[in-house]
Amino acid sequence: MLFDALTLQLGYNVTLVMLGAAALGMAAGGAGTYLFLRKRALVSDAVSHATLPGVGVAFLVMVLLGGDGRWLPGLLAGSALTAGIGLLCVAALTRRTRLTEDAAIGAVLSVFFGLGIVLLTIVQTLPLGRQAGLESFLLGSTAGMLRSDALLIAAGGVVTLLAVATLHRPFTAVAFDPGFAQATGQNIARIDLTLMMLVMAVTVVGLKVVGLILIVALLIIPPVAARFWTDKAETLALIAAALGGLSGYVGAGLSATAPGLPTGPIIVLVAFALFALSFLAAPGRGVVALALRHRHFQHAVHLRQGLLAIASEQPIYEALTMRILRREGLVRADGVPTDAGRGRAAKALRDETRWQVARGTEHLSGLAARHDGLTEIETVLTADQIAEIDARIATPVEVG
Amino acid sequence: MTVTLASSDGTALASAPDAGAALTVRGMTVSYGETPVIFSIDMDVLPGSMTAIVGPNGAGKSTLLKAVLGIVKPLSGTVRVFDRPLREALPRVAYVPQRASVDWDFPTRVIDVVMMGLGRELGLLGRVRAHHRARAMDCLERVGMTEFAARQIGQLSGGQQQRVFLARALAQGADLYLLDEPFAGVDAATEAAIIAVLKELRAAGKTVVAVHHDLSTVPDYFSDVFLINRTRIAQGPVEDVFTPEMLDRTYGGRLATAQLGGLTRDAV
Repeated sequence: MLFDALTLQLGYNVTLVMLGAAALGMAAGGAGTYLFLRKRALVSDAVSHATLPGVGVAFLVMVLLGGDGRWLPGLLAGSALTAGIGLLCVAALTRRTRLTEDAAIGAVLSVFFGLGIVLLTIVQTLPLGRQAGLESFLLGSTAGMLRSDALLIAAGGVVTLLAVATLHRPFTAVAFDPGFAQATGQNIARIDLTLMMLVMAVTVVGLKVVGLILIVALLIIPPVAARFWTDKAETLALIAAALGGLSGYVGAGLSATAPGLPTGPIIVLVAFALFALSFLAAPGRGVVALALRHRHFQHAVHLRQGLLAIASEQPIYEALTMRILRREGLVRADGVPTDAGRGRAAKALRDETRWQVARGTEHLSGLAARHDGLTEIETVLTADQIAEIDARIATPVEVG
Repeated sequence: MTVTLASSDGTALASAPDAGAALTVRGMTVSYGETPVIFSIDMDVLPGSMTAIVGPNGAGKSTLLKAVLGIVKPLSGTVRVFDRPLREALPRVAYVPQRASVDWDFPTRVIDVVMMGLGRELGLLGRVRAHHRARAMDCLERVGMTEFAARQIGQLSGGQQQRVFLARALAQGADLYLLDEPFAGVDAATEAAIIAVLKELRAAGKTVVAVHHDLSTVPDYFSDVFLINRTRIAQGPVEDVFTPEMLDRTYGGRLATAQLGGLTRDAV
């Protein structure tokens, strides 16, 4: 069943929904990247919760005008309107008062969400009919989605993604150093507002699929996961878009395999699985790679210290040092150094002496400063320079 | 309405800014809430000069620079650069912010940061072309950082980060350079590299203004000095203004007399 879903064998409608969710996920990952880099991830949470009153108001208006209250473009327009008002409220509270942005977000988020719930409750009790299904905007549901709805979502996702791709440079500049960007004549407020409009577009387009409570996850998890794979903002946005798209595609497919599976939470769980994979397995910043590098480095330090201890015939008390020396065949089981061990120890001590001489030699002291305790002397100094140092060691210079 | 302007050290100022000044600031006041950080600052910087902004911690040195650039919105005051309003003259101004003002774990490489200085030339949406990259590499060359071009910025030492910021300012190709504590927390080699670049700029007729906290190097590095402690204390050539009496007024007696004497002996 899952395989059928992923290979688009579940029929035309499910295929359309999956492609729509993929486009939405890509747009969310792309726009979310710059939100994450700008350190304003939670503003999107206020925006998404502020969509709910708009859904209720739009439904009422459309019914009163004699139309179908569940017409998706109308509901999305209504939600965009109140989301925009919520966004302006956060901006105004932050700018005009001494409230910090997180406090403003908390206030706006809860008030708008509360208002939305009240409106939806009222709508449910009115004898208007056909109001069932509005609550699916909370957690997203693709069951019974119209073909035109899926196309609308896909198109919205693609347009938003293109806008993010076009504006990536100003977004990056403002996220990295807003002061400098302003000093080069860029309009920070306008760039920030544009980014927020794109985030709002993702939120509104994603209402039907992911739902307003979890859309923040689709905006934030992909870039956070992508951060483990790259150190470059553009690549980060590309990877985040790919991860978001994959989450939407697989998540929508999974939720179509059984009736009643909520689409939004499943998409978010797929995104989380991709995050967990990145967190563990990414080569540069993943925790496994970090742990391995740390272990490797720790061993190198212990090995070096052990060799120096052997060379100066000091006892070794640290169990880890002994273990490493034994494993490398430098020390016998009873703790006595092997011939190989004595040889390596002598070389370690000789290099240490060479470094000390280099430090005391004027024209080499700059290079010697690169020695961090583990640096192989041959990687910094030329053979001639080492020979020069050895000559000095052989004919000791008066010190002090 | 006619306003007679007088600077806080008592010398009368012309009511119109000197024609040809690189930077003219009049009546600049910035406040956070109702506490002025800087109050009614007047500043005149001559083209080709190298001015140190000197004052105690919290005197408003950085705020003054940010207000000049429009990063902080002033309560009142005007800024003219090369006798034009700031907005028009912004392309002729380069800025080096404090190193601590950005997150150095940001996913970007040295060369990308320098290319942010090309912003205006690249346009908001233009493509990065080979000659842009070459310009950025030239700027890195001038600060001795070419070998780090592809590094992630978080892997740099403090001094190297500062040089990258200077390279980004060089990429702006400006005539007036505003630097906020360029020597704070950098190694001796970086300090020498930065001052060499600044002296090169000056030799090429550019104007440099830097917030500076190391009093002992002021006479060596700078031609002019601007003393500030919320208000302007004095401004002028180092030999006239960088005196024990003036520093005493700036720091409110917090510097030992012996220290002051030692600092300015060479200059006086």
